[in-house]
Amino acid sequence: MSVLTPPRNARSQPGSGRNAGPARSAGENFSAWANRHRKWLFAAPAMIFVGVLIVFPLAWTLYLSLTDSQGSVRAASEFVGLENYLTVLSDGERFWPAVGRTLTFTGVALVCEVVLGMCIALLLWRPFRGEKWVRVAILMPLVATPVAVGMMWRLIFDPNIGFVNQLLGMVGIPPQPWLSGQDTALGTTIFMDVWQWTPMVVLILLAGLTSLSEEPDEAARMDGANAAQRFFLITLPLMMPTVIVAILLRGIDALKTFDILYATKGKGGGSFHEVETLNVYAYGLSFDYNQYGLSSAVLILFFMIIIGSMWLLTMRKKAVSK
Amino acid sequence: MKRRSIMQYAAVAAALSLGLTACGGASGSTDAKAAGTVRVTLANHVWTEGIKAAIPEFEKSTGLKVELTQLGEDQLSDQYNVKLNAGSDEIDVMMYRPLQEGKAFAKNGYLADLTSKVSSDAGWDWKDYQEGPVKASTVDGKVVGVPIITEREVLYYRKDLLKAAGLEVPKTMDELEAAAKAIKAANPDTAGFVARTSKSAAVTQFSSFLYSFGGDFTDASGKSAVNSDAAKKAYAFYGGLIKNYGPANVSTDMSWPEAMAIFTQGKAAFYTEADSLYKNATDPAKSKVADTVGFAALPAGPAGSKPYNIPSWGLAVNQASGNQDNAWKFIQWATSKERTLAAQKAGVPGPRASVWADPAGTSTYPQDLAEAIAASAKNGVGHDRPEVVTVGKAREIVGGPIVATITGADASTAADTAHDAFQKFLDSEKK
Repeated sequence: MSVLTPPRNARSQPGSGRNAGPARSAGENFSAWANRHRKWLFAAPAMIFVGVLIVFPLAWTLYLSLTDSQGSVRAASEFVGLENYLTVLSDGERFWPAVGRTLTFTGVALVCEVVLGMCIALLLWRPFRGEKWVRVAILMPLVATPVAVGMMWRLIFDPNIGFVNQLLGMVGIPPQPWLSGQDTALGTTIFMDVWQWTPMVVLILLAGLTSLSEEPDEAARMDGANAAQRFFLITLPLMMPTVIVAILLRGIDALKTFDILYATKGKGGGSFHEVETLNVYAYGLSFDYNQYGLSSAVLILFFMIIIGSMWLLTMRKKAVSK
Repeated sequence: MKRRSIMQYAAVAAALSLGLTACGGASGSTDAKAAGTVRVTLANHVWTEGIKAAIPEFEKSTGLKVELTQLGEDQLSDQYNVKLNAGSDEIDVMMYRPLQEGKAFAKNGYLADLTSKVSSDAGWDWKDYQEGPVKASTVDGKVVGVPIITEREVLYYRKDLLKAAGLEVPKTMDELEAAAKAIKAANPDTAGFVARTSKSAAVTQFSSFLYSFGGDFTDASGKSAVNSDAAKKAYAFYGGLIKNYGPANVSTDMSWPEAMAIFTQGKAAFYTEADSLYKNATDPAKSKVADTVGFAALPAGPAGSKPYNIPSWGLAVNQASGNQDNAWKFIQWATSKERTLAAQKAGVPGPRASVWADPAGTSTYPQDLAEAIAASAKNGVGHDRPEVVTVGKAREIVGGPIVATITGADASTAADTAHDAFQKFLDSEKK
């Protein structure tokens, strides 16, 4: 912080060799100093922010993951090296299934969101009457709070009094367990995620579509290409960088999903851990079990999974851009 | 100092989860003391509503100012985990669950020792407190909390359905099963029995069945007893009631709000639940069966009727607070005989013997409920979950067989699996 304040007793020192000349006021002195260090000064707020809120927490989590900290993080803990990591990586009961669920959730949700998002974006691409209203309607899920969304779908999918089962009953389909089923819960939460986040993908893709030049498409049309050919051979390749941006943004978010899972299934992701992803698992380890060392190890591994998958995608984006 | 505490917050927030933040902007406890302020954190509860309305009275008589934070149960736990972990002095008085968090908080040094304070005021009278709640608020011989709300498990039932079926109120577990079966057979849309089904939430309500069948979570030597014959029978009975006579498509995620909703929507004949929640069933604004709900003591199992009788909530003082004297003043006022009577009249069963002995203390309760409570207080058991430090994890382990039985698995096998895991857990806690 001290770098931001001018020296308290900054006094001009007339005739002090190096700075001989007219006396300079404290203000001038400071601005000269600030000018010399401006690249640091301008970057300082951001650097302090990153340092305190990102680098330090990460380093602390890394440190905790190497200790047997539990109960309270202020209690004495011992350095145990990689023991937590070994425990976690050999845990076939909670950790690996959670990894599987995290990847399934993200993978399936992403594919649905990008395919659906592309279809909707293509529909909205060309201007039509009432376009504004349709866009507003499509964006509605995006502005809803995830916890409220979770509660809403929980009621809709209730096995006994829920709207969905009543609707199915009308066409003679027996009631389904949805969120309360061991095999159906994860699928149902994926559906909720798709419902809520497809609009964001639509927005990104629509921005990409509008910036495309129309000439290649028109040229292809003149050459007699049909709609499918024009999409797969012209539009999609041109859109690839945008699609990857959409996957990147949504992918990071989907990997970290917590709110709708917690709002619909509570702690531990349900009685059979049906929807327990890595995030939900780490939350349970720290807030329910108070095993901070173990929880930190899970979070660091989770962090590495996220960084790894994003790195792969960015590499792919670079390849496409070339 | 300021800078260090910011760093500590950042550290703890990150350690607990990379996403959840923890920073609060409130000032420290010495500032609060100087300003004559007490910072009180309470859970959403009928009790809290009553206290909130009466706080101006406290402020007037003491000249102190109360800063109240009110949170849902889970959010409250998370808040404590973050703030107390960071050694925050921003909380003076905290509402906590003696059986859920008491041991862990005391072990971590979060709770101030109140032993000398509780015995200092004869007028306020610590001796007036029932034995079970006092025991649950005492850790290693030190009083760390003052109980405010007590609970016992009772049977909620539908008078109209029983009458239509020509049945008496069940006195034993066998009668309960027979009645649930008969009512379900006569009314296919109505469940014979409903109760909590979620692995962790169901443990407390299952505990009374466990005791009534002659079991407990641990034996006298502190070893796991969840695979005893009695425990296996209790698991099979509780899970079987829900599986065979429960609602169709029963969810295994039900805590009390979901189970209570089924009962108050008129979709179930019997429901076992904490007595402190009875207002949800008798309030016509919340319940379709307000006119026809009846209460009875928990039916007797092979070992008799042994419901839990526990303090579900208490008030404690944050050890890190420099404002402990003012905090104690608030607790002393909030737990006085007058306030306890007022809360009890509003439907919150309290821990004071004198209030229960006073006819005014039960004047607002349905007659049958007051009788059921009196019976339960007599033969109740002082805990409703394993008495360990990491209660959250223990509940998940011993709750496993409940969910397994509800979904049709064999209770005995599930109990054996849970026993191994629970014994391993108990061993790890001893270390």
